[in-house]
Amino acid sequence: MLARVEHLTAAYGTRTVLDDVTLDVRRGEILVILGGSGCGKTTLLKHFIGLLMPKSGSVKLFGEDWWTLDEPDRDAVIQKIGVLFQNGALLGSRTLAANVAIPLEQHTNLSDAVILRVVKLKLRQVGLQGAEDRLPSELSGGMRKRAAMARALALDPPLVFCDEPSAGLDPATTFNLDRLLLDLRDNLGLTLVVVTHETASIRRIADRIAFLDQGRLVFDGPLKDAIVSEVDPVRRFFQIAEATVG
Amino acid sequence: MAPLDQERGFAVENGTIKLLANLERGGPPRLLEGLVEAVKRSKSERLALDLSALERLDSLGASFLAELVVRGRVLGKEVYFTGVTEGVESGLARYYYPAPEIRVPVEKSYRIEALGQILVDAWEAAGDLLLLVSETIYWTVIALWRGDGHRKGAVEAQALAIGVGALPVIAMISFLVGLIMALQSAEQLRQFGANIYVADLIAISMTREMGPLMTAILLAGRSGSAIAAEIATMQVNEELDALRTMGLNPIRYVVVPKVWGILITMPLLSIVAVVVGIFGGFLIAVSNLDLTPRAFLVEVATALYLKDLISGFVKSLVFALIIVILAAYFGFRVRGGAEGVGRVTTTSVVAAIFGVIIADAVLGLIFYL
Repeated sequence: MLARVEHLTAAYGTRTVLDDVTLDVRRGEILVILGGSGCGKTTLLKHFIGLLMPKSGSVKLFGEDWWTLDEPDRDAVIQKIGVLFQNGALLGSRTLAANVAIPLEQHTNLSDAVILRVVKLKLRQVGLQGAEDRLPSELSGGMRKRAAMARALALDPPLVFCDEPSAGLDPATTFNLDRLLLDLRDNLGLTLVVVTHETASIRRIADRIAFLDQGRLVFDGPLKDAIVSEVDPVRRFFQIAEATVG
Repeated sequence: MAPLDQERGFAVENGTIKLLANLERGGPPRLLEGLVEAVKRSKSERLALDLSALERLDSLGASFLAELVVRGRVLGKEVYFTGVTEGVESGLARYYYPAPEIRVPVEKSYRIEALGQILVDAWEAAGDLLLLVSETIYWTVIALWRGDGHRKGAVEAQALAIGVGALPVIAMISFLVGLIMALQSAEQLRQFGANIYVADLIAISMTREMGPLMTAILLAGRSGSAIAAEIATMQVNEELDALRTMGLNPIRYVVVPKVWGILITMPLLSIVAVVVGIFGGFLIAVSNLDLTPRAFLVEVATALYLKDLISGFVKSLVFALIIVILAAYFGFRVRGGAEGVGRVTTTSVVAAIFGVIIADAVLGLIFYL
């Protein structure tokens, strides 16, 4: 188990967003966190990566309770996770190479020449070889997501979180991005936590589904079980998805 | 192994380099340089690198080894790996790309060419500025009888945003400047019995120079930077492109309301600056220089000519145009994201202040030479 939230409750002011959620992330899987808009998916992801402090409950990464760690220990843990934000969150005034190099410069003793090699390797891994000197503004949405993924993978983290990776992308680009995620799991042995509501992606990539409804975890199990689940919001979600696809 | 070997991360034994350090975060500092030096010193052309101390190899470690191998080739040495464990072999298979990417530094040997490029860039920039000036003036004049092409109420909103917020600051600074000028000159004038001329000094300097100039400098920092930042952000976010695709001219839609806003407010603010500055001088004259209020005011009225008022008014209009056009110019030319916006904001303020002072000198020569 690489990450775990236990009895997690989160709130924005008086509004409870997550209510007593307990969820594991298991090694080697693609866990898809699913639910309607506003159900707390991104909030849960942000708790997993330590960006938000829970109202109650615990967040554990690689066995360590995140909120009890001191700065050096947090640093060590943070280097083991990668995060792909919804809009990429690349630094707009820096080239792709500079963006991917940021974690390498921060957390390693590698020389500039070796960092450049790693950057080219990472960009090659996501299909962006040759794009090192381009600015984010010169890229398409799909390419920006890939570049952001390259940055998330810079330190070879065993665990990667993706927040709506295919948001705003066309179906073909989404398909390619899903293939990349599967490739990362199969060939590099990564564990991925993906927040999404794109049903086509879910069917392609999910090993396990965690379904949130109004802040509560109402389903946690394999994809095949989720599709035939009798839990009301889960059933409705997949029925609507089927009806939409046709 | 000697402690020194542990510290530097490798040991050399019988012509073989044995790697002792874990490569997962690049190893100890300067490991690569140390290994390259060891390769260089080796008498053999083929050199073994023993990796048996490594249990696994990630992409960082594989890239490190690739760089070492390439640097070895540059030195005419072939570095090969021995003692490869299963974990290391897996990493090499996934991540090892010893591409001969030798980065040869490019020397800038053609200074004439660089100078030529600077001149070409300057020429193009001047051309862009001229185009912007001409287009701005054109649409500003057109706007006098055609109110379409920009949002309703945009001119009034800009005038309020530029003028109302700046009023307290300009008033306070002008008052203090007038007061300080009178205070500093009072002692000198008293020595010569020329107390009354403090009125002339304050009135003429505030009306001709200090009023419009201080107002312009303050507005350049306050409103010029805001205009540059707004346009630059719109450029970066493709909002200007969106306007173009909707058939709207960005200069007409975005810049012209700001031009009219500042053309309306700048003279008014300059008048406030002049009046309040003279008032500051008045207080010192009446309290320190034994002048009566009536005497002071009569002297002010006598000292000022119509030309002084016109020159102050013309300066305020010219300064206003310089501020808004330079802010728009740099805003449109932004490159990069947030950092670029910050950069053009600063550049526009500096350029506007510089331009205002040059224009002040030129107009001073025109009016008073």
